[in-house]
Amino acid sequence: MTSTTPTITPPAGDAGQSEPGTAAGIAALIAEAPVPQPTLPRTFAAMMAREFRVLRRNAAGTFMRTVMQPLLFVFVFTYVMPKIGGGVMFGSAGAAGAGSVNFATILVPGLMASMLLMQGIMAVTFPLVMEFSWQRTIEDRALAPVPIGILGLQKITAGAAQAFIGALIVFPIVLVVHAAGQAPHVHVTNWPMLALILVTASLLTAALGLLLGTVMDPRKMQMLFAAILLPATMLGCVYYPWAALHQIRWLQFLVLINPMVYMSEGLRAVLTPGTAHMPMWAILTALVGGTAVFGYLATRTFTRRVLN
Amino acid sequence: MTDIATQLAAAAPGTGPAPGAGTAIRTEDLRKTYKAPRGDVPAVRGIDLYVPAGELFGLLGPNGAGKSTTIGMLTTLVLPTGGRAWVAGIDVVADPVGVKRRIGVVTQNNTLDMQLTVTENLEFRSRFFGLGPREATRRAAQLIDAFGLGDRRKAMATDLSGGQARRLLIARALVHRPEVLFLDEPTAGLDPQTRVNLWDILRVLHDQGQSILLTTHYMEEAEALCDRIAVVDHGEVLAAGTVDELKEGTGAETVITVRYEGPVPDGLAMATGLAGRPGVAKVEADDDRIRVFASEPDGVLGELVTAGARAGLTVRDAAQIKPSLETVFLNLTGREYRE
Repeated sequence: MTSTTPTITPPAGDAGQSEPGTAAGIAALIAEAPVPQPTLPRTFAAMMAREFRVLRRNAAGTFMRTVMQPLLFVFVFTYVMPKIGGGVMFGSAGAAGAGSVNFATILVPGLMASMLLMQGIMAVTFPLVMEFSWQRTIEDRALAPVPIGILGLQKITAGAAQAFIGALIVFPIVLVVHAAGQAPHVHVTNWPMLALILVTASLLTAALGLLLGTVMDPRKMQMLFAAILLPATMLGCVYYPWAALHQIRWLQFLVLINPMVYMSEGLRAVLTPGTAHMPMWAILTALVGGTAVFGYLATRTFTRRVLN
Repeated sequence: MTDIATQLAAAAPGTGPAPGAGTAIRTEDLRKTYKAPRGDVPAVRGIDLYVPAGELFGLLGPNGAGKSTTIGMLTTLVLPTGGRAWVAGIDVVADPVGVKRRIGVVTQNNTLDMQLTVTENLEFRSRFFGLGPREATRRAAQLIDAFGLGDRRKAMATDLSGGQARRLLIARALVHRPEVLFLDEPTAGLDPQTRVNLWDILRVLHDQGQSILLTTHYMEEAEALCDRIAVVDHGEVLAAGTVDELKEGTGAETVITVRYEGPVPDGLAMATGLAGRPGVAKVEADDDRIRVFASEPDGVLGELVTAGARAGLTVRDAAQIKPSLETVFLNLTGREYRE
């Protein structure tokens, strides 16, 4: 990299040593500084660029994180289980739904929803807890020339992008990995609706991630799995359609407080329309309303946490 | 607080012009009280500061004096609970984004982006402040050369030594040519050589007309660098002025302290007869010690030892401190300076 500033003196004497700045070089910094013109979109874009630079650097780790979970799930449930004779079928046993549906078909939307939640939280909550820990590296970004609320929105956007990518990775895996005859019946007729549901669900999980990252005590992070991720996933209509819960009425109502339910059911509605699913208006209301509510709460608590 | 200190502190707000052109920092009765379950904790209790553009101003005080909270309020990351503050003429509460555009901040903690390299830390900070990618790369290269980080440009921020990290933090605070540069304890925890190197950097910046506010708990740092100093303790400005003014203000006295083996009996301080002696400004007794503020210190120590012996007290230790910021602090607070 060559410098365009002729006044900078190379380190003299102990070449190779990290000499502190030369007076001329530092003086030139002041005299020849460019005049910055920060605007909100520019700063926002630069922050997003920073996120993608970091993702690219950690590509191997990111890939492992996003691929292993769906790969193993799909492998066990749609290859190993059917092979050893433990294949699960919905519909044939009298559950609600239109005819017999194989488990892979049930699992595709559920697994995508589960990936959305996992990635949304991993991408936002964990880094945030680090940034709020004792060195408070959050102050670095907080000093950028934008309101703190915008910084919160930027974190939601970046997290949503990662969640979105995580969910898409499920597709190639389920289409390739399965035992003979166990292919999921995925049939998309309404692409814009799929896009809408994926985008709102991604934003919802990232907003949830920001909220958790700002309200949770970093010393109690292990609680995140036990108290949030595990119940949300197990009771999130990932492994069974919501309609099938009519057998357990109280549970069918109880799970309605779980945002995961609407993600799973929304994806079920657009990906596997043959499966029973919740009405679309309920799904969209929950996803859009939930994103707005969690987004608002998260940016508020985030701002409070950054500003002492 | 002594009379002189009161005068100096009181003089500070009135002497500055209205916030605006030519003023780097101005505060009026700036306060911060933290809410805590067991009652409120006042961290800053009404600070008035005036720093003209181009000045290198120091907030000097022991740990916990309220320096970091003050810098936090001036840099918009801590919300004041009372009073007002302007940086580069802009109200920190009303327009925090406007203030952030005009300031560079070197935090006390290492807040470098640990996921990025040295170069990337500078490039992205430049881009946050509106430079295009190509311009940002050029600016980063310029900063790296000037701050002698050339052989670490590709290193991750996590791999830097303490001194290198501090240089990068300063370089990063300068990417957008801030009107006011804030440094919170810039040399805390650094070895003496690195500290002197950083002082040189700050002097060059100052010579270029950069307005700087730094906090420090090192007296010699404040004395070596600052045009003016505000001595802070327990969230209040005890005195403000140049080092010479501060010394003059407290009489430029030598402080002689004698510690006895036991508590000083009432009247012993008077019995020394030092209080009325010419060249002695003040005699204080405090638990097991007597402290004398004297412009003519000769013989004072001997008198204190003799007076103690007459009262049956042997001397445990004795100290004589020449006029310095330390004696100023002693005079203002009646307490030894704790770093």
